[in-house]
Amino acid sequence: MIRNGLFAKLFSIVFAVFMLAPLVVVIGVSFTPEGFLEFPPSGISLRWFRAILDNPDFIEAAIMSVQLGVASATIATVICIPAALAIGSGRFAGRDALQALFLSPLTVPTVVLGIAFLRFLSMMGLNGTFWGLVFCHVVIIVPFVLRLVLASVTGLDPSIARAATSLGASDWTVFRRITLPAIIPGVVGGWVLAFITSFDELTVTVFIVNPATTTLPVKLFSHITQTTDPLVASVSTVAILFTVALMLIVDRIYGLDRLLIGEGSR
Amino acid sequence: MIGTRPWLLSAPALVLFLVMLVTPLIMTAVLSFNSFDFYGGIKPTFGLGNYADVLSDSYFYEIFGRTFMIALVTTVIAALIGTPQAYFMLRMHPFWRSVMILVVLGPLLISVVVRTLGWAILLGNNGVINEALRRFDMIERPIKMMYTSGGIVLALVHVMVPFMILAVWAALQRQDPATEKAAESLGAGPFTVFRRIVLPQAMPGILSGSLIVFSLSASAFATPAILGGRRVKVASTTVYDEFLNTLNWPLGAAIAIILLVAVLAIMVAWNRLVEKRFAGVFQ
Amino acid sequence: MAILELRDLTKRFGETVAVDRFTLSVEKGEFVSLLGPSGCGKTTTLQMIAGFETPSGGTILLNGRDLAKVPARARGLGIVFQTYALFPHMTVEENVGFGLEMRKVPADERRRRIAQTLDLVHLSHLSGRYPRQMSGGQRQRVALARALVIEPELLLLDEPLSNLDAKLREEMQLELRRIQQEAGVTTLLVTHDQSEAMALSDRIAVMQGGRLIQEASPFDAYDRPANGFVSSFLGKSNAIPGHLEGGAAGTKLRCRELTLDGPASGETPGPVLISLRPERIEFTGEAEGIVAGRVSERIFLGDKWLFKVETGLGELLVVRRNSGRREPEVGEAVHLFWQAEHLRVLSAESAE
Repeated sequence: MIRNGLFAKLFSIVFAVFMLAPLVVVIGVSFTPEGFLEFPPSGISLRWFRAILDNPDFIEAAIMSVQLGVASATIATVICIPAALAIGSGRFAGRDALQALFLSPLTVPTVVLGIAFLRFLSMMGLNGTFWGLVFCHVVIIVPFVLRLVLASVTGLDPSIARAATSLGASDWTVFRRITLPAIIPGVVGGWVLAFITSFDELTVTVFIVNPATTTLPVKLFSHITQTTDPLVASVSTVAILFTVALMLIVDRIYGLDRLLIGEGSR
Repeated sequence: MIGTRPWLLSAPALVLFLVMLVTPLIMTAVLSFNSFDFYGGIKPTFGLGNYADVLSDSYFYEIFGRTFMIALVTTVIAALIGTPQAYFMLRMHPFWRSVMILVVLGPLLISVVVRTLGWAILLGNNGVINEALRRFDMIERPIKMMYTSGGIVLALVHVMVPFMILAVWAALQRQDPATEKAAESLGAGPFTVFRRIVLPQAMPGILSGSLIVFSLSASAFATPAILGGRRVKVASTTVYDEFLNTLNWPLGAAIAIILLVAVLAIMVAWNRLVEKRFAGVFQ
Repeated sequence: MAILELRDLTKRFGETVAVDRFTLSVEKGEFVSLLGPSGCGKTTTLQMIAGFETPSGGTILLNGRDLAKVPARARGLGIVFQTYALFPHMTVEENVGFGLEMRKVPADERRRRIAQTLDLVHLSHLSGRYPRQMSGGQRQRVALARALVIEPELLLLDEPLSNLDAKLREEMQLELRRIQQEAGVTTLLVTHDQSEAMALSDRIAVMQGGRLIQEASPFDAYDRPANGFVSSFLGKSNAIPGHLEGGAAGTKLRCRELTLDGPASGETPGPVLISLRPERIEFTGEAEGIVAGRVSERIFLGDKWLFKVETGLGELLVVRRNSGRREPEVGEAVHLFWQAEHLRVLSAESAE
């Protein structure tokens, strides 16, 4: 194996600093004892973490985000598994069009999706409702789940299912005993990626929430655009730690690169 | 033999997409042809008035020009940083490589709002960078970085460069590592190996990564909204203002549809170009 | 004079010793094979010669010049990689010309030498193709041409035929030998395929566990294996544990309850391993038979028959050329005969 030279090492260090700097300052600022954003903080204080407890809207928004993420990731995963099996295991007329449709939310600018959902939900009288939000999120995260599940399905040897059928298993048994266990890493990876995407989603959500269904990113966004106090930093720090914990778990059980690269199939 | 089975299996997702994606997009397209006045709200008329308004107003040209310029510069910088970084990662010791993968991919999973807040803290007139420069007497007055296109580009590069690295990484993984050794055994130095052997093989990844980065940057919302505010508007923040502040939904819809069509057109043209260029060499 | 000289070459990866004090020299124009099972250290040895691995000890001399401080790109070796490592974005011509370009060879001379080398490997008609548009055998030739065009002092071949199917592999063996001889280039081949090594080489160096076990011509390595490992790795062989007894009238071998006449041997009396090639055993009548047995399996291989025979010495493998005559059936009682000179007496420790 050829190793990197000095230039490559320096480049990588500078790059890592660039990638981590904004996260480091957010975490640093959140420990300030002062009433304004300062970095490095003049002292270490948990003042702004205690302040989170005095602002129940942030906590409510966080709970809303978790509920939304769990509901939409689960629905998306459940509908993506059969769709991925259909698309991944054989050619049929319209297959490419179907796949393109399910991946299209990636190509449509999110702001366009946001206003389209707003228009649709307000005409249906569903604007600002929890389930309205859930189904909008399902549309946005389906491409992520589908790509990962599809990668597992196409990696599957089709003769395994045929072998099970030849031994007398019904279609449902084949799915439950053979196919599902084989694609489960992709399914779990897809669910987690979908949850995180939903949990972090801002651009679409900002159009379709009302004060009762505000999510954490929307709450943070409106807070940042109105005032700048270290409260946003402490909330962000908690969100970063939550994500990092989730990330480390995923990296252990599935591999972060596999999750985000999708095993080379796009 | 297969018959209707694939359609039955995809039916739940298909119905959802028809109801929740296709219908709303058609409604938005229709909305963009309606008219609006401040007293009567949205009128169900059908005309090209909103498009005429947008396309005849230099204010909107400026916004679209800025949007695509920011996206283009972001893409170029992301490619210039991301390509060598992906290559270096490929050659790292496995331990450092997995650390670097966390550094590169981790931020992808952290909300853009949080990351942009970090940049706001760094870039402000009293922000970390200006304070540091002042402490070392390198500047007298703060460099203005908040509410500038440059600041937006910097933060967008941070958001987008992981996508570029992922795309280049995927292309480099398909490369036979022995090609580098072969070139070296034939007398090529490290820079020549990179330029003549690695770069051409990474090119499909760079091109597909550029496409992703460009389209995401052109429609980015959170970063320009927080770092540009009302002063440095881009297409998506303009749409936001039309919908949630001015409440002129038809005009906002028209701007959004123009953005959508422009992004799609650029993507299709880019794909055509790439396919033409690489026909025969790479499948 | 030796083109390549390896002296006590050693490579350690942490605790494991991949190559252990390996010594070998390759003469000008010679074709030498490093043969061994996977993990025997042959590939690591090649990587060290090429400059992609740093030796932990020992020296590599190329034409008397120590290569320790010479980077891979300045060694001037021609290397054919197992995967061929063709540059996918370059045409055949560009691939072959790359090394000349690096050497700043003027364009017209470059063209001439590319054409000449492509001619040598019979690929002139495909010079404008990309690697992906070619078959495995054609890619193999491009890789060879790319390595040869720089007129290397030494050509290194890393399992060059392992990615080809069986029939093509045999064709390319002959082709490789022809090209090597026409170009007159000194060649070191690394392979795990004993038939490939025997077909191509002037000399074979058999490696096991990082060590050189035997260095000999293909015929000698096959006919006079240094130990049980070599005898079983090169072709098929019957390995019979026994006991050597010296005597005035010649050596005797005791195996189970039988006593055989042994050949002259340097082994000291004591436990030994007897190796007997299956094609040196004949079926014969009861009077001449050395051991009696019963055919337990019979396999027809086209040009020959393969028998497994249960005998007092254990199960013996017998190979007979298909001469069109009737051969014994499964279950048939047979008598086996061989000349004592075909028995090889090897040290007992070399048994696997």
